[in-house]
Amino acid sequence: MQGKVWKFGENIDTDLIIAARYLNTSDPKELAKHVMEDADPQFVSKMSTGDIIVAGENFGCGSSREHAPIALKAAGISAIIAPTFARIFYRNAFNMGLPIFELVEADEINEGDIIKIDMDKGEVVNISQAKTYKFVPIPEFMQSLVDAGGLMEFAKKELGN
Amino acid sequence: MGQTITEKIFSAHAGRDVKAGEIVRVDIDMIIGNDITTPISIRAFEESGATKLAKPDNFCIVMDHYIPAKDIASANQAKISRDFAYKHDMKYFFDEKDMGIEHALLPEKGLVIPGDIIIGADSHTCTHGALGAFSTGMGSTDLAFGMITGGNWFKVPESIKVELKGKPAKHIYGKDIILELIRMIGVDGALYQALEFTGDAIAYLGMDDRFSICNMAIEAGAKSGIIAVDDITLAYLEDRRKANNGLKAEPKIYHSDSDAVYSQVITIDVSKLSPVVAYPFLPSNGKSIEQAVADDLKIDQVMIGSCTNGRIEDLRIAASIMKGKRVARHTRMIVTPATQKILLQAQHEGLIDILIEAGAVVSNPTCGACLGGYMGILGDGERCVATTNRNFVGRMGARTSEIYLANSAVAAASAIAGKIVDPR
Repeated sequence: MQGKVWKFGENIDTDLIIAARYLNTSDPKELAKHVMEDADPQFVSKMSTGDIIVAGENFGCGSSREHAPIALKAAGISAIIAPTFARIFYRNAFNMGLPIFELVEADEINEGDIIKIDMDKGEVVNISQAKTYKFVPIPEFMQSLVDAGGLMEFAKKELGN
Repeated sequence: MGQTITEKIFSAHAGRDVKAGEIVRVDIDMIIGNDITTPISIRAFEESGATKLAKPDNFCIVMDHYIPAKDIASANQAKISRDFAYKHDMKYFFDEKDMGIEHALLPEKGLVIPGDIIIGADSHTCTHGALGAFSTGMGSTDLAFGMITGGNWFKVPESIKVELKGKPAKHIYGKDIILELIRMIGVDGALYQALEFTGDAIAYLGMDDRFSICNMAIEAGAKSGIIAVDDITLAYLEDRRKANNGLKAEPKIYHSDSDAVYSQVITIDVSKLSPVVAYPFLPSNGKSIEQAVADDLKIDQVMIGSCTNGRIEDLRIAASIMKGKRVARHTRMIVTPATQKILLQAQHEGLIDILIEAGAVVSNPTCGACLGGYMGILGDGERCVATTNRNFVGRMGARTSEIYLANSAVAAASAIAGKIVDPR
């Protein structure tokens, strides 16, 4: 995947990603209209499908609301890169099929850079800066869930469905 | 090599000795959903082709966020959980007739048992660790996996030992201890780890203080918070047993071994603490009350409530400070007891009369105001002292509003003064 970068700071919490005032629905299209609204009220009108968010440490801290990865994915964000993710968000993103990558050097990437993520090579290529980084490999167990098609596919297999 | 209490709980569930770092798949004793997170789980449950809950009595739904419905969308959303609960004839479905915030209601109902593994699609599920259980927040899809299979997978967490020493002085509560810890280690200081609270100070802390300590473990990024069972826990459980005609199961009591391995040991002398006020916009921005007083912070709203500090002790503290006094002219105050039982108890003790006569609005139990849902939204530039758990940008309303997190004594005294003051 390849896209334009939007930068955010450290400790981007789930209230910034999708404010609780919109949690009276779980409709992805409705949630997508308000993604990142309290961090940047113009974000939805500025971003395009396929764009990538690059943020500081502890992205997704706070609430367990799965509405957060749902809203990001439905808005068209193709991936999120940060040095670290909050624990519940990390699991939720995998379960929702929103690609996220731990990258120690995330702060070297600038807003507006065009970056390419190569899943097979485990690399992030910053095309604008002509730099290549290795992202932190996905834990083995998470990879086995991804290979199974995600947690719910895993559950379906157990049910024999 | 010894084990931590958390490793012991996972070992008992896995049927073999496990250590921090291992991945285990284990059965879950209680899975908790609420009115805003369960609809996504129900959708996943139904899409999987599942027709029945793996363990019907180990799943509960508590309608607490936007109930009574705040608008048409909330009412329609609530209907998804209600339809599911009635279709599956759920034993533990708590709607308006049993109104309460999940993390106060479930212990009160005798449904949280020491030694249990508990997950909830709500980040403050870590609250239940106060009863010596492993309890953690997860998302709706992980909840669905639990509904379908009866269990889930976990990475057994490393533990940080938090040694609490000394006797807390007047108007120092569990809230101050946890805000101090988060100030020390930051909002990601315990990422992926369990916070285990020990030390001689625990004996001075009642269950309400312990619940508020474990409740905010997530605000340090922790997977769980836990306090081992002692006489205070046992007395609480006996009360719950009597009030509910029994507990859901018999307690399984574990203690960490003396040679258990910790990633870190942090000591806090609670006898030296002043009330802590966490400034916007992170729970880790703790300052002493002396600093807050010096900053002369005028306030528009005070909120006492939530799964952190909406329990009977909080209402007792507030009423003792507010008796015969009046909320300042330019300040508003909202008190949200965490369950109907707490509300009734407060009424019997005369606390509600005191609070209303002082000028507070007493609401039904709900998560509403704490997460900026309804019942106390802040307007542009408004400043609030809240006994809740998060002071993120826009958490309780407008992006430009400000939340100062504090204990119930600071909140009540500040309501009367119209600015942040020291209750001591």
